[in-house]
Amino acid sequence: MNTSHIDIGLARYSDWAFTSAMIVLVIALLLLAVELASSRARTPAESELVSAGGVRSDSATPGVVAPAQRRPLGERVGRAGLALVYLGIALLLACIVFRGAATLRPPWGNMYEFINLTCFSGLVASAVALRRPQHRSLWVFVLLPVLILLTVSGRWLYATAAPVMPALQSYWLPIHVSVVSIGSGVFLVAGMASILFLIRSSRLSDPDAPGALARLVRRLPDAQTLDRIAYRTTIFAFPVFGFGVIFGAIWAEGAWGRYWGWDPKETVSFIAWVVYAAYLHARSTAGWRDYKAAWINVVGFAAMIFNLFFVNLVTVGLHSYAGVG
Amino acid sequence: MTTTSEPRADAKTPKKGRFRALSRLLATLMARGRNTWRALTSMGTALVLLVLLALAAIPGALLPQRSLNAAKVDEYLALHPVLGPLLERMQAFEVFSSFWFTAIYVLLCVSLIGCLTPRTFEHLRNLRATPVAAPRNLSRLPKHAQTQLAGDAEELGAQMAAELRGWRRITRSADSVVEVSAEKGYLREFGNLIFHFALLGLLAAVALGRMFGYEGNVMVIADGGPGFCSASPAAFDSFRAGATVDGTKLHPLCVRVNDFTADYLVSGLATSFTAHIDYQAGEDLRTNQWRPYLLEVNHPLRVGGVRAYLQGHGYAPTFTVTFPDGQTRTQTVQFRPDNPLTLLSSGAIRIDPPAGVYPDASERRKHQIGIQGLFAPTEQLDDRLLSSAFPAMNDPAVAIDVYRGDTGLDTGRPQSLFTLDSRLIDQGRLTKVARSNLKAGEQIRLDDGTKVRFDGAVPFVNIQVSHDPAEIWVLVFAMTMMAGLVVSLVVRRRRIWIRITRAEQAGTVNVELGGLARTDNSGWGDEFERLSTKLFGKET
Repeated sequence: MNTSHIDIGLARYSDWAFTSAMIVLVIALLLLAVELASSRARTPAESELVSAGGVRSDSATPGVVAPAQRRPLGERVGRAGLALVYLGIALLLACIVFRGAATLRPPWGNMYEFINLTCFSGLVASAVALRRPQHRSLWVFVLLPVLILLTVSGRWLYATAAPVMPALQSYWLPIHVSVVSIGSGVFLVAGMASILFLIRSSRLSDPDAPGALARLVRRLPDAQTLDRIAYRTTIFAFPVFGFGVIFGAIWAEGAWGRYWGWDPKETVSFIAWVVYAAYLHARSTAGWRDYKAAWINVVGFAAMIFNLFFVNLVTVGLHSYAGVG
Repeated sequence: MTTTSEPRADAKTPKKGRFRALSRLLATLMARGRNTWRALTSMGTALVLLVLLALAAIPGALLPQRSLNAAKVDEYLALHPVLGPLLERMQAFEVFSSFWFTAIYVLLCVSLIGCLTPRTFEHLRNLRATPVAAPRNLSRLPKHAQTQLAGDAEELGAQMAAELRGWRRITRSADSVVEVSAEKGYLREFGNLIFHFALLGLLAAVALGRMFGYEGNVMVIADGGPGFCSASPAAFDSFRAGATVDGTKLHPLCVRVNDFTADYLVSGLATSFTAHIDYQAGEDLRTNQWRPYLLEVNHPLRVGGVRAYLQGHGYAPTFTVTFPDGQTRTQTVQFRPDNPLTLLSSGAIRIDPPAGVYPDASERRKHQIGIQGLFAPTEQLDDRLLSSAFPAMNDPAVAIDVYRGDTGLDTGRPQSLFTLDSRLIDQGRLTKVARSNLKAGEQIRLDDGTKVRFDGAVPFVNIQVSHDPAEIWVLVFAMTMMAGLVVSLVVRRRRIWIRITRAEQAGTVNVELGGLARTDNSGWGDEFERLSTKLFGKET
């Protein structure tokens, strides 16, 4: 599981894949943003309209087949952007896989690798949650935080491929860290959805609110859809993250001599979990269902981000093997 | 929640005087108590308490905690002379045992029990209850479909009820109208209850573990020496135990450490720590049989009800002092690793002169040798300032101050293992006589002919012995909790009604289907469509 031999070539491929993923995702963000900014208010799909005397190309009756309607420019740009998003996800996966192959260990042994994995799971979760074409505009709001995280990870937290310290040499490393980062990645999507829900149901989305921002807000999917995305991603991530914490506790019992010791990371995970539990309770409490619940979800999002950065990089605890400084 | 209030206690039987006043007071108190109980066990209160619990834990992550790092707390107190003591009084450095944190989680537990008990009974009642009768107007329900089918109402009703496998259902018929009520998703509440009961069980198991468990740390020199036996708290350098542990019934485990090996990359990053140990537990203690074990990080020794962990390591330098008459004393003492990356360590050694060197006890006490300084496993000198370049022992060196006088060994006052008692130095009872940098094998000569030689160093390991009888139950409850949680999130509660009435055309019936998602609406639309297609045998 641990060896001091590092394949430099594979490690370099991993770094190249990371840089490529960043570039591709930035271009994807730009294209999707162009679509979001240029699309008009939703109209009935034009391809459904058939001119008088014409027939569809698959029609059995004879008639004039109108040339296929070209999709509007904005939509084509958006679809290109989405294709690039999928390419970016594949490149990020390549970056992670090459890291693992270069070091012959699970590729999540330091903060750089952990954040890459978290972003990857966030992107995959979004690909599932936003698979419908009408949700495409939401990708902008997923890519923004993901790119910020990736920039921080690549610029400040980068660690060269290396074996991990003895405390991390356990079969719990692949289990605990991957489960936690899947949970964190999905919570990221939930948090963004709740933030957008709050914006969408604010005064900004009134049909006659003036300004470019209000126009932009009105192009988002309706508040109910956003709320549903937030809820469904949260109920997926909540048990996953809970299992991650429990696996961490089992590991801690073998590595540090106790299953729970209020280490800063454990404490903030506890806080985040309690906040998300409050969110689920709020969802089934009269008077808390919509806005207050969404706010609680946003607080949980903040706790997750805090857990990701502050606890590993600023405080000193048992989880401080960031591989930095 | 019922809103009927009980009749006033004094409504029926008029009483007089003091007795009446008392009974009224009692009634008021009872009403007040009942209201408080209702408020405490309401969902809103539970929510507020959950949020409070999260808020209350925040200082535990931001401020240094005494249970984790007492030195950090002292440092914080020294840095913040105004804020520090205030926080201290608020128990902000012991958040998780503070009165306010305890208050919140006790209230939460009470609220939880108060909420769970009625819900459990209600769930049990629901399990036995039949699905409710159909509402008069099914088209008012959130989901509704209708069609006309050929056939007999009774027959169709039975057929449709049979289609609803997995649903709890009941068919009611009256005046040629057949109604099927069906409900599913009872497991959701079951999972929900399991989750919360397991949570209570988990808390109880944690509390039991805290009460009956203990853990102790001891630094053992890794040279095959005597090691330690964990039969008494005195065997440990530090010992933390639950309230019921008085130190008399510790699980006996004897450990001696034969060697310790650490592997490092050139960068100084450690890649492995291993210690070969021998241990005795249980019957072996009587027969004096030692068993070998390879103790590693992540691979604790689990034996005889306790667990032994390799928790840390450092170096114990050896010094030999040759007194003026030629007698020697050699001592190896653990130094505290100050820098975890390079293992630059600091510590102190106190050596009593052998009998016969000095004429009497008081003279002998005045000639004890105290050595205090730094140890570097791989020497790096900046001018004459010693630091360590690498954590492995490639080129060991020390930078020491040698003191002569009374080291305070027989004063009866406890001293730090790692520093000489500064009060003795301030009082002039212990005076510095030399300062030097030594490599392994080098020695210095003091003014009275005493020689101090640095012989080298051996590694020591920090072993933690822990005992927690309820640990396995914590795991069991945690897993039960998660199972309940997953069930309660995956299962959805649905309720449908079918009403079959005779149509105007003979031999056909009108079939109406109404549906209600009692929890988690998402996906219910598609689900209802699939259901109606299946029941009607065609698209509606």
